[in-house]
Amino acid sequence: MRASLFITCYNDTLFPETGRAVVRLLERLGVALDFRPQQTCCGQMHANTGFRGEAFSQAKRFVHLYQDSEIVVIPSSSCVAMIRDQYPALFDELGNNTLRNELKTLLPRVYELSEFLIDRLGVEDVGAYFPHRVTYHASCHGLRALHLGERPNRLLAKVRGLDQVQLPNLDRCCGFGGTFSVKNAEVSSAMLAVKLQDVVSTGAEYCTALDNSCLMHLGGAMHRQYAGMKTIHMAEILASTEAVPAEAAQ
Amino acid sequence: MSHAANHPVLDPTIAPPFPVAALPVLRNPQLRKNVAHAIDVIQAKRAKLVNEKTDWQALREAGSAIRAHALDHLGAYLEEFETRCTDAGGHVHWAADAAEARQIILDLLRQENASEVIKIKTMTSAEIQLNPFLEAGGVGVFETDLAEIILQLGDEEPSHIVVPALHVNRSQVREIFARRMGLENLSDDPHALTAAARTYLRQKFLKIPTAISGANFLIAETGAVAIVESEGNGRMCLTLPRTMITLAGIEKVLPRFQDLEVMLQVLARSATGERMNPYTSLWTGVTPGDGPQNFHVVLLDNGRSSILSHPVERQTLKCIRCAACMNACPVYRQTGGHAYGSVYPGPIGAILTPQLMQMQHAQSLPYASSLCGACYEVCPVKINIPEVLLDLRAQVVNQERKQGGRFFDPMYLGLRIANLLFSRAWLFHAAQWMGRIGIKLFTGKDGWIHSLPSIGAKWTQTRDLRGLPSQTFHQWWAARPKEAK
Repeated sequence: MRASLFITCYNDTLFPETGRAVVRLLERLGVALDFRPQQTCCGQMHANTGFRGEAFSQAKRFVHLYQDSEIVVIPSSSCVAMIRDQYPALFDELGNNTLRNELKTLLPRVYELSEFLIDRLGVEDVGAYFPHRVTYHASCHGLRALHLGERPNRLLAKVRGLDQVQLPNLDRCCGFGGTFSVKNAEVSSAMLAVKLQDVVSTGAEYCTALDNSCLMHLGGAMHRQYAGMKTIHMAEILASTEAVPAEAAQ
Repeated sequence: MSHAANHPVLDPTIAPPFPVAALPVLRNPQLRKNVAHAIDVIQAKRAKLVNEKTDWQALREAGSAIRAHALDHLGAYLEEFETRCTDAGGHVHWAADAAEARQIILDLLRQENASEVIKIKTMTSAEIQLNPFLEAGGVGVFETDLAEIILQLGDEEPSHIVVPALHVNRSQVREIFARRMGLENLSDDPHALTAAARTYLRQKFLKIPTAISGANFLIAETGAVAIVESEGNGRMCLTLPRTMITLAGIEKVLPRFQDLEVMLQVLARSATGERMNPYTSLWTGVTPGDGPQNFHVVLLDNGRSSILSHPVERQTLKCIRCAACMNACPVYRQTGGHAYGSVYPGPIGAILTPQLMQMQHAQSLPYASSLCGACYEVCPVKINIPEVLLDLRAQVVNQERKQGGRFFDPMYLGLRIANLLFSRAWLFHAAQWMGRIGIKLFTGKDGWIHSLPSIGAKWTQTRDLRGLPSQTFHQWWAARPKEAK
């Protein structure tokens, strides 16, 4: 199976290890990946801050870039939610019929990582080994926009050595919210403080998610507070094996 | 008064922006504890009762469809309501804005020679700042809802639309009642507190023959007004007084009596976590010998027509004021209601208030959300609040862009530059390269950033940021051996 990897702007810049893990994982599962070097950003930051025209120009770039892709895999639930939930309205408002049709044919081929693994590849056991205590943070977009449901848990359940601890108040936001974290920095920090209490209460070594934006927020607070925990994108757990452990665990 | 400096301002035209107004609450342990405790209790009750409903999603769908249909034919249903209500002996008044509504109500009270009036809880009257206007006009106003009494006697402001005194705890209620009712030895036992309120209230009910109410629903088909409540004070106001004046937003109309079947089910579960609210009162015009003999309805527009004219934003008016969105909101849970600078707090307030202000005030409210979507998930009439928030943000940005001063605002500058960078991969990659060099100045020996300047400081005030890795993903990919691709 062929698939295009849209790594997203912030993973490319800040979390390349997540991208490397996605490549290792999907190639191990027999997927032939391509990476289009022209890719930049899906437009989420602009759309969520109210810069609709700018978001639209980035959305157009995305749709043109992946027109001929069989499948687009994206290891970020909020970027997938942007594409799935916000592109149609943006194109209705600012686009033309050609563009709307291009989007319509592309959307069913856009997958978040756990959706791709379970819905498209039909695998739950990806052959991973990660001998650590882990708690899963269901990011708001994964939970309420993509309705990932049990997919992440089904994948984690098959990881050998992994001891999963349920996170209390799983449906509560960590307070990141993109530019919300700086526009409303104090409220965002208050939400983060409450979330971190729940995360730390699990006694896990790692907090994982399918979105590095929440993890950057949580991880930033863990580091500031010497919380004795780390964050790790789920792709890195799923890519991890006895022979090649996750970079974060080395 | 000692707390005057922190006294919340719920007038959107003069309230400070949300991030500023939130600060005193974030630093107030008592307030945050009270708010979190109260909404956790309501949330848990709601969740239990919603889960027992196997057709909950179908009920939400029906609730949404009924409200959307009513709004699509609002003019016709309002006229039908006016005809039926008038036929039944009521008087219908139309108010274009808050000032007109206030004046109509004061004039009606003067016709009655009323020097005092009792009130059933109505957020719409708070929206038009009715109480201070009537007091200034020489009419003594007495709230009869328990929470509203606490606020009125304690000189507090509402922080929630269903449980307006949710930020006040039991011992604070005791203090307010003891001080204002002259009950030095009052205990904070709930029975003692309600007994004190009852004694206070009975005197008002028996003495004051004029009442003001809001409306949960107006029924076009019959001309009836519906009020749902928990304490029976509404029922008292509907039976003892001679005159009743109902103030209702024009969006409150339902086409048919039968629509209550759906609306009452979703409202009680969503609002208070009850299968059915304790008191549901419906009255239609005037019934000789039974209840108020003079009945007036004031239909208030106050910006609603303009909301109705926007295809995306009009869903805001489907709201039935259940407050499920604020109970579910992780932002409201930290800040409580006062930070929103409006009588309508929480997610619904964040979209309703700036629209009622015709986008001239409260522009910080559409940003008072992390867009987590919890509000949309619980909304019993399926208002897509995140969608409206995004639309309003775009309106705010379009407004602000026209102001020259914004050109060099760091956020605006940053987003414009980012847009340019994202338009060409080589520009984006060049910026990554420069960013990596620039950020080294701020990166500690441990590879983490602990302090950034400008808007970056808003991040590093409470969180660290990992320094930029030496290689981006696309560089790693490009450097892979060819056979590996």
